[in-house]
Amino acid sequence: MYEPFHRTTDDMLRERPAPAATVGVIGWLRTNLFAGWINTALTLVTLYILWLAIPSFIGWAFIDAQLAGNDRFACTGDGACWAWLDQRINQFLYGFYPSEETWRVNIAFVLLFPALAPWLMENVPGDRYLRWFSVAYPVIATILLVGGFGLEVVQTDKFGGFMLNLTVGLAGIVLSLPIGIVLALGRQSRLPLIRWFSIIFIEAVRGVPLITLLFVSNIILPIFLPPDMALDSVIRVIVMVTAFASAYMAEVIRGGLQAIPKGQYEAAQAMGLNYSKAMRLIILPQALKISIPGIVNTFIGLFKDTTLVIVIGLFDILGIANAMVSNPDWLGLSTETYVVVALFFFSVCFSMSRYSIRLERRLDTDKR
Amino acid sequence: MSTTEDHAPTPSENPAIEIEGLNKWYGSFHVLRDINLDVAERERIVICGPSGSGKSTLIRCINRLEEHQEGRIIVDGTRLTNDLKNIDAVRREVGMVFQSFNLFPHLTVLENCTLAPIWVRKTPKAEAEAIAMEYLERVKIPEQALKFPGQLSGGQQQRVAIARSLCMKPKIMLFDEPTSALDPEMIKEVLDVMVDLAQTGMTMLVVTHEMGFASQVADRVIFMDEGQIVEQNNPDEFFNNPQSERTKLFLSQILSH
Ligand SMILES: Nc1ncnc2c1ncn2[C@@H]1O[C@H](COP(=O)(O)OP(=O)(O)OP(=O)(O)O)[C@@H](O)[C@H]1O
Ligand SMILES: [Mg+2]
Repeated sequence: MYEPFHRTTDDMLRERPAPAATVGVIGWLRTNLFAGWINTALTLVTLYILWLAIPSFIGWAFIDAQLAGNDRFACTGDGACWAWLDQRINQFLYGFYPSEETWRVNIAFVLLFPALAPWLMENVPGDRYLRWFSVAYPVIATILLVGGFGLEVVQTDKFGGFMLNLTVGLAGIVLSLPIGIVLALGRQSRLPLIRWFSIIFIEAVRGVPLITLLFVSNIILPIFLPPDMALDSVIRVIVMVTAFASAYMAEVIRGGLQAIPKGQYEAAQAMGLNYSKAMRLIILPQALKISIPGIVNTFIGLFKDTTLVIVIGLFDILGIANAMVSNPDWLGLSTETYVVVALFFFSVCFSMSRYSIRLERRLDTDKR
Repeated sequence: MSTTEDHAPTPSENPAIEIEGLNKWYGSFHVLRDINLDVAERERIVICGPSGSGKSTLIRCINRLEEHQEGRIIVDGTRLTNDLKNIDAVRREVGMVFQSFNLFPHLTVLENCTLAPIWVRKTPKAEAEAIAMEYLERVKIPEQALKFPGQLSGGQQQRVAIARSLCMKPKIMLFDEPTSALDPEMIKEVLDVMVDLAQTGMTMLVVTHEMGFASQVADRVIFMDEGQIVEQNNPDEFFNNPQSERTKLFLSQILSH
């Protein structure tokens, strides 16, 4: 049963503020940290662990740390020993690159930013010219790093340290995305030859550990590349890492392609777009967008896999660190050494991850 | 409101679409059986029939979203074969509107409308945008031009889809159940746009169960069942005096709700 009633203009309900306990700092704490007893217990446990970990880490890394000294005997306190950094940081960064030439590595690194900017950011001033610069960048960077054109030639077996990780990682990232796209499209091709080639490549490369590929690269690569090129260790690593990441990339992108509704292909066809235009303008932009988490995941994996160069006799930052840890002058400093190595990798990988989240938000056109 | 008399097509004209002896199979399933259909320029045809009768398949053969195995389809003088040039030529002249809109979600409404003119017809961008705005105005949503499809209601999206097709200045428009995915209050806004379009003299093939639209706009209603054309007539006769038992049954079902 109900009483019929109606409101007049005068007794219409007015807007009023939400209860204080649900908004602002207190509201946030309540909903995020203290909602229910399980949540509250987890929050307290986490706070306790942080309370134990953070002060002792800060004490070790900074307050009790020893900064200067010529060998490990200079370090007497309980804290970290950073004295080696001063001596070794150049090796960590450049490996065996001649120290009077490391400015070339630095320039190549600095130029990387304007080369990447027009692809990673919106509304970069002069981005049309910067794009041309990006296209030229691989050549410029190669000349800077390897030499020639008046610069002293540096053999690639002198490459090392984090500069080697960055070189191999960036080359692999830049190459594996387009190759992965081509393989993903090839796997869906109507032409059996192209389809079979793609499937065989993807499955063969994906089915073997990267370390195995690196071991056998000196047998496989001379078949496909000119012999003097194929024997260059850095090129060998770049090719193998790229091939490996491309196979994963292809599968990530295939997942994205399959998520695009059939109606998108049909609408594109019905409007008269041919295959390549439909792919380029309609299908790939959407498929790549939904594949971003997987693509970046592959990039991050690739970047960390660059440490495997050690198996073909190159010394990346991890290889240098290993050598250092067993050096009698600095014996027993493995924690400090590997913390530094980890920080280098973490800063690059974490940046990629944050960037991908921002990119996803920017490309999200579905929100109301 | 239009009447069916204002430009009743004359059969002697060059047909916009000629379909002769069309047969199609999905595997061993005979989905279209011996279809013969001539559509005159400016003619408006409504196709109806029970689910699975092959209506979508038929109109999708006209712009080659589906291949047929037997028979002849000539659209605007171009015969549809495996020749990609012919297929492209036909698709440039034939617009299609889908049940599920199929707007491109990563592009704005305006970009949806200018994409094909720019990339297929090579229209300069500024001109394509001017044309797009003109059609967006005709479907009464110019103010949504810079939004993304995901931000629009279903009815608005379908009107954008119609505008997008019209931007290619097609000679023929195909509609595959353009209102079946819409809530009732949005059906009318889409039908109004289609009635408007019919009055401009566009050649239209419309698969729909909107019988009000059929009697108001169609020159001819075609009833399909089991992959064949069972009956065709002008809307008056078709609705008031259906001949075949199947048509009668279908109409009684459709008009009962
Ligand atoms: N790709 C396909 N492969 C196999 N069978 C199909 C395919 N597409 C459609 N069919 C079948 O062909 C028949 C006709 O389909 P069609 O979509 O043309 O029917 P329709 O008249 O449009 O029906 P509806 O009103 O449900 O849209 C159906 O039985 C359907 O199951
Ligand atoms: Mg259908």
